[in-house]
Amino acid sequence: MPRFTPKTVTANDLRSGDAVWLTADDRWSPNHHDAELIEDEAHAQLRLLHAHRQGQIVVGAYLADARQGPAGPEPVHFREEFRTRGPSNYVHGKQAERA
Amino acid sequence: MYRYSDFDEAFTRARVAQFTQQVERRLSGALTEDEFRPLRLMNGLYLQLHAYMLRVAIPYGTLNSRQMRQLAHIADTWDKGYGHFTTRQNIQFNWPKLGDVPAILTALADVEMHAIQTSGNTIRNVTADHFAGAAADEIADPRPIAELLRQWSTDHPEFQFLPRKFKIAITGSPNDRAVTRAHDIGLRMVRQGDAAGFEVIVGGGLGRTPMIGQIINPFVTVDDLLPYLEAILATYNEAGRRDNKYKARIKITVFENGLDAFRAEVDRRFAELRPRFTLNRAFLAEIEAAFAPPAFRNAPVDAHLLALGNPAYADWAQTNLTEHRNAQYAIVTISLKAHGETPGDASSAQMRVLADLAQTYGHDELRISHEQNVILPHVHKGDLPAVWAALTEAGLATANVGLLSDIIACPGMDYCALATARSIPVAQALATHFRDLGLEQEIGALKIKISGCINACGHHHVGHIGILGLDRAGVENYQITLGGDATENAAIGERAGPGFAYDQIVPAIERLLRAYLDVRADAQETFADAFRRLGPDPFKEALYGTAARDAA
Ligand code: HEM
Ligand code: SF4
Repeated sequence: MPRFTPKTVTANDLRSGDAVWLTADDRWSPNHHDAELIEDEAHAQLRLLHAHRQGQIVVGAYLADARQGPAGPEPVHFREEFRTRGPSNYVHGKQAERA
Repeated sequence: MYRYSDFDEAFTRARVAQFTQQVERRLSGALTEDEFRPLRLMNGLYLQLHAYMLRVAIPYGTLNSRQMRQLAHIADTWDKGYGHFTTRQNIQFNWPKLGDVPAILTALADVEMHAIQTSGNTIRNVTADHFAGAAADEIADPRPIAELLRQWSTDHPEFQFLPRKFKIAITGSPNDRAVTRAHDIGLRMVRQGDAAGFEVIVGGGLGRTPMIGQIINPFVTVDDLLPYLEAILATYNEAGRRDNKYKARIKITVFENGLDAFRAEVDRRFAELRPRFTLNRAFLAEIEAAFAPPAFRNAPVDAHLLALGNPAYADWAQTNLTEHRNAQYAIVTISLKAHGETPGDASSAQMRVLADLAQTYGHDELRISHEQNVILPHVHKGDLPAVWAALTEAGLATANVGLLSDIIACPGMDYCALATARSIPVAQALATHFRDLGLEQEIGALKIKISGCINACGHHHVGHIGILGLDRAGVENYQITLGGDATENAAIGERAGPGFAYDQIVPAIERLLRAYLDVRADAQETFADAFRRLGPDPFKEALYGTAARDAA
C-alpha cells in the first residue's frame, strides 16, 4: 500500500460556492492555512464523514493532498492551489479579498 | 424576431417559481445536496472551482438589444460585471450566489430567457449558424426550424432522462458554420427540386471519443423532420448505454450497432410515428413570419467606401465583415478576442454598447457564434464607419476574426471543476505573443482551439491546431493535435506527439507556425491547406526535431 500522504478536508460553501477547508475545531475556513492537516488515514476518513454530515453548510467534500508550510497547511496540487487563489484571468475570488 | 408564446411564458414562470422553492428548501435544510443537485442542473446551475455558475441558453444564438441589456444588468447586479459567451451559444455567469439565482432567473424570464435544459441528459439548446437569415450563401434561414425543435424538445416528456446529454446543430447553408458534424444530430438544409429538406447527420461528437457524424438520411422533408428526429431519439433512448457514462452518447450507440442497423431501427420507428405527426403548416408559417428579414434600406454605401482609405478600418473590414444576402448590407462580426483578454468574455459596459449598436444600426438583432464572438447580422454598409467608430471606443474593434488570435478556449481550470489544466492563459499568451512578433497577419487564416480537459468543450479536435490541457504527474501539460477541421469537410485532428509544459506551449506553437511560413507554397496557402498538402511530418519535425536531436 502506498504511504498515506497528509490531507485536508475541503469543499465549497453551500451559499457562495467559495472553496473552504475544515479546521481542527470543526469550522469551515476560506483560508487554506487554517485547515487541519491530517496525518493519519483513519482520522482522515472520520473527518471526511464529519464533513459529509455538514451538507447544510458545504457541498462536495473531499480529501486533498497538503503539506505543512510556514503559515499553515499548503496545497500540493496546482488545482488546489488555484482554489486558494481564484482564476488567473481576473483578480476575482480569494485573491481579490486578500488584496 | 420570434417572441415567446403564452405557453412559453407560463412554462418559464412556473419553472422559476418551482426552482425558487427548491432553492429555499435547500437553504433551509429540507433538501440534501443529493436531492438538490439534479434539480439545479435542470436549471443550468453548476458548482465550479470557486463559485456557482449559471448557464443561460441563447436559442439559435439570437438575441435582441433588450435581452443583451438585461444580461448586462444581471452581470452588474448579481455577478462581477461580465459574462462569458460559450461554444454552445450560451452565456455563463461565473459568480452567482445560490440565494440570488431565483432573482436572476426571474430577470431572465422578464426578457423571455431561461436556463432550462442547459445541463443534464436532455436535448440541449439547439445551436444554429450564427449568420442565419443574413448570409449570402444560405438556402434559407434555418431558425424557424430551430424554433420548432426548441418547442418540440423543451420539456419533452420522453426525453428528460436520456442516456446522456443530446446536442443538435442546424445550418441553412452549404458552408457549415455550425459544426453540424460534431453534434449528436446535425441538420444541413438541402434542396431537392423545389423542396427544401435536411440532410440528417447522426453520431458526431467530441469529448473522450471524438467522432465525425455520419449521414443517416440524405434528405428528410420539413414535414417529416419532427417524426424522424423523434424516431432517432426514441431509438437512442432505448438502445443507448446507461451502464457506462463514457459510452452513453449516441455516437457510441451508432458506432457499436453500426449505422445500418441503427438506421433500420430508426426507419421502423419512423414508419410508426409518422402518422401521428402532422406538421401544422399555419403554425410554421407563423414562426417563419416572425423570422422574416427586416425591411432592408435602400441607401448609398459611399461612407463605407470612403472609410476604406483608413488602414485600421480597412483591416477590420477585411477580417470582420462577411457578405450579406443584400449587397448593400454586411454581416459584422465583433471580436470578443482582444489580444490578452479572455476569449468570449464581455463586460456589462460592452454588452450595452452591443445592444445600442444593434438597436441603432442592426435592426435590433444580435447573434452569438460558437466561436465566442458577437454578430450584428444586418448592418447597412453606409452605417459601417459609425459602427466601427463606436466599437473602437468600446475596445471591441479588434480586427482578428478568423486569424490566429480568434481562439476558442473553454473555461479550463480557471473555473471548471472537471479541468485538468488551464486554457484561458494559454489563449491569452498565444494572442499577445504573435501580435508582438507581428506575425499574425502574415500567418493568415488559422483556427486554434483549446480545451482544459478531454471533454473537449473548446473543440480542440476540430481546430487546425488543437491544444488539450492535461495533468501529467501533477503538472500542466499541453498536447497538440493537427489537421482538424470544423466545417463541412469536418476532420478530427491527429495528435502530434508528446505534450508540452505550460511555459513551453507558446514556443512550440511558434516553431510550428514558423515552419508553416517556410514550407507554404505561397501566401495564399493557409496553414490548413499546407497541412493537407504536406501531411504532418514537417510540422512534427518543427515541434520535436530539435528536442529529438538534442536527446540523441
Ligand atoms: C461547468 C463547466 C462545464 C462542465 C462541467 C462541462 C462538462 C462536459 C462534459 C462532462 C463533457 C463530455 C460529455 C460527454 O461526452 O458525454 C462536455 C463536452 C462538451 N461541452 Fe462541456 N462542460 C462545461 C463547460 C462547457 C462550456 C463553457 C461549453 C461551451 C458552451 C461546453 C460545451 C461542450 C462541448 C462543445 C462539448 C464537446 C462536444 C460534445 O458534446 O461531444 N462545456 N462538457
Ligand atoms: S473541456 Fe474540460 S475543462 Fe474545458 S470546460 Fe469542458 S469540462 Fe471544463
